Amino acid sequence: MNDYILEMNNITKEFPGVKALNNVNFKVQRGEIHCLVGENGAGKSTLMKVLSGVHQFGTYSGDIVYNGEVQSFKGIADSEEKGIAIIYQELALIPELSLYENVYFGHEILKGKNIDWNETIVKATEMLKKVRLDVDPSMKLKSLGVGKQQLVEIAKALSKDVKLLILDEPTAALNEDDSQNLLNLIKELKEQGVTSIMISHKLREITAIADTITVLRDGATICSMDCHEHEVTEAEIIRHMVGRDMDNIYPQREDKTCGDVVFELKDWTVDDPKKGREILHNININVRKGEIVGLQGLMGAGRTELAHSVFGNPTGYKITGGTLLMEGKEQRFKNPKEAIKNGLAYVTEDRKGNGLILIQDIRYNTTIANLEKLTEGLAINENEEIRVANEYKDAINIKAPSIEQKIGNLSGGNQQKVQLAKWMFVNPKVLILDEPTRGIDVGAKFEIYTLMNKLVEQGMSIIMISSELPEVLGMSDRLYVMSEGKITGEFTSEEATEQKVMEMAIKS
Amino acid sequence: MENKKQKQGLGKEAVQLLKSNIRDYMMYIALVVIMIFFTIQTHGGFIQARNIANLINQAGYVAILAIGMTLILILVHIDLSVGYVAGFCGAVAAVLITQFHINEWVAILLVLVLGLVIGLYQGLLVTRVGVPAFVTTLAGMFIFRGLLNLTLQKTGTIIIPNEGFNALSNGFIPDLPLGSSIHVLTMIIGVVAVIAAVYVQIRARNNKLKYNFSVPSTPIFVGKLIVLSAIIMVIMWVLASYSGLPWTAVIVGVVLLIYNYMLTKTRLGRYIYGIGGNAQAAELSGINVKKVTLFAFCSMSVLAALAGVLYTSRLQSATPTAGLGFELDAIASSYIGGVAVSGGIGRVTNTIIGTLVIMSLTNGMNLMGVDISYQYVVKGIIFIVAVAFDVRTRSKAK
Repeated sequence: MNDYILEMNNITKEFPGVKALNNVNFKVQRGEIHCLVGENGAGKSTLMKVLSGVHQFGTYSGDIVYNGEVQSFKGIADSEEKGIAIIYQELALIPELSLYENVYFGHEILKGKNIDWNETIVKATEMLKKVRLDVDPSMKLKSLGVGKQQLVEIAKALSKDVKLLILDEPTAALNEDDSQNLLNLIKELKEQGVTSIMISHKLREITAIADTITVLRDGATICSMDCHEHEVTEAEIIRHMVGRDMDNIYPQREDKTCGDVVFELKDWTVDDPKKGREILHNININVRKGEIVGLQGLMGAGRTELAHSVFGNPTGYKITGGTLLMEGKEQRFKNPKEAIKNGLAYVTEDRKGNGLILIQDIRYNTTIANLEKLTEGLAINENEEIRVANEYKDAINIKAPSIEQKIGNLSGGNQQKVQLAKWMFVNPKVLILDEPTRGIDVGAKFEIYTLMNKLVEQGMSIIMISSELPEVLGMSDRLYVMSEGKITGEFTSEEATEQKVMEMAIKS
Repeated sequence: MENKKQKQGLGKEAVQLLKSNIRDYMMYIALVVIMIFFTIQTHGGFIQARNIANLINQAGYVAILAIGMTLILILVHIDLSVGYVAGFCGAVAAVLITQFHINEWVAILLVLVLGLVIGLYQGLLVTRVGVPAFVTTLAGMFIFRGLLNLTLQKTGTIIIPNEGFNALSNGFIPDLPLGSSIHVLTMIIGVVAVIAAVYVQIRARNNKLKYNFSVPSTPIFVGKLIVLSAIIMVIMWVLASYSGLPWTAVIVGVVLLIYNYMLTKTRLGRYIYGIGGNAQAAELSGINVKKVTLFAFCSMSVLAALAGVLYTSRLQSATPTAGLGFELDAIASSYIGGVAVSGGIGRVTNTIIGTLVIMSLTNGMNLMGVDISYQYVVKGIIFIVAVAFDVRTRSKAK
């Protein structure tokens, strides 16, 4: 009865010093949507790299049986030829090229030795239609939003006549709307006979879409659950992922009293000279001492832009009007340095891109934003620095052999903790967290939520920007909703429901 | 039995240490191999005290340039103009001394200020206007080459008959008046350097032990100290048996100590590595990226001016061809010394080793009478092999 398109049997893959995969068995039925879940470092990506040939045949032990034949992929080209396509978290497209060039990039349609552009355009348009992207194929990729770029990536996979589509956290960077759109597309592809393997941290999506769910933990298969046999709940998945019950995803704070207003924006209006238009219109928000204020909105609503414009404006926006008040005092920060000095800190959404210095170690990254505090005369007091870095490492449970560990070698959750340690050492009055739990596993998320609660209990104020609605609802005392550069709604945590917030978020 | 076990552990540790620091050790090994090769080829001529002193004097201006270049390359910029900035500044010093009869020390100071002005000009173009460093300094190559020619247009090559000035790159430190056959002050400096080096190393190790960091075992550590001390003492002994420590070595040593301290111990140094590692992250951490970058360009041009003074002093004259290809030696020194091509990593102490590699090649091949054209090819090959090795070992480490 079982018709497996893919069977990975007893896969073991070792890296120097670590066994990334230990006897993993992973079976995918033809024509199903199979979700692969697990905490960061559980081995999901490694398993997919083994499958797609990034980790070559011979560097692992075990068998890959695809369409009934044992495979020995020497590289991505081999697996692609058999109809296996993998779409990574980071998009592998070229912003400056047109859509049709992107779709056929790397496997161009040739007429003789030359590229047949006419045929390319016709075929690409067809592929784009298949992913329900009704746009001019000659427009540049960069003029599309991230959600639509993701669709182009899938169109590219389809153009290679894909049988087995692997999606590595496809919705991590997408807002609710685009995510839904993408999930629907995956379902449609299923009807057309494409089998999908999806890696995701978003359990709600998984329970909605999956036919089968396989959970990995510490490089081993924990279980494979058939969603048609019984309804798999999020709680059940989490229990398998972390190996214990998690009663509450969002830790509760005991003391919820707030103080005076510490941060306020009045009629804050900002132009982006690069786009040549106003991107933020008359923003009015305030944050009180010891309060977590959520800032919800769809991708492109202007939340990150707002954060940048108040945090010393490193992107070069033009602030055309409005006032920023810190503890009642009017401020207009010239650069991040000034903002930090006056008690404002910003934890970026892109921790690898512009948050951390990956080639440096934990110690370096922990203290870099507040070296003034460690400097005596000309030199940095390294003993004190080591003490501080160790203190934070222990206090917020950064998992690493020592503070001399390079950031690039840490998992996403631990990197995020280092980011938090960095700003805790600065000890700001107002902390802006931009997507603090993106790409982080459940266990680490809980730790970060707990840490947020601890910080506000100590009198810090937090502005939390997040695309994950449940998270914003679960953590905020109060939340603002943004849409197209405007604040469209304000709710207390008691009033807010997903329904109400979404209505405001899509309002224009 | 136990002793045997320990010995095995020691061997293993040595191999481990060698493996994890292969990049650094390769550099030293390469230097030693090159030196041995030339010593054999020149029948011992290369290693003679006279030639070692000569090598130091030859390498001085390149070392100074390479130290400045290391900062620039860590920041993922480049400065192509350093050669002609050096040439131009050297020519100006010559004019000031011979035609305006300004005291040589005042003239040097003025030239360093001139270097600062040039650094400000290029640095501001890069940081404020946003012209890429490659373009800015390529234009600088044109400009300062032209200015060098203009400065010497009327006179042609200027001979500098100034003893104090010429001693900078030809003279040796004076000795204590003891009438000894070897240079006593040089030996004293050597001993002081050894004591200082040992003291710093032991202190650093004790510090690490205090925080339970992993350190090499005691025999390996002591072994390293002994080798380090031996190298310093042998070099000093060789120099002392000739005319003593060259002034150039003193100047390079002082500049090296200052820059090493700056990079490893101060906030500015941290910021330079941070910006090189990830400029955006550095900016968002409250670092003034433009200011630090501007500093690096100013420091580079001031050092280029100093290098120009050393070179002019070495030739005892200013010529219109001074500066040709200096930037190549400086950039090659930095990369051979382990500055990462992708930026964010590099040490001035290692850059000096890189300089020694490059200048030993020059010096050795000159002694052997190798044609200059071949010299360029050989240096280019060594350079690209070093960088290729660097790139490979780094990507493996990932």
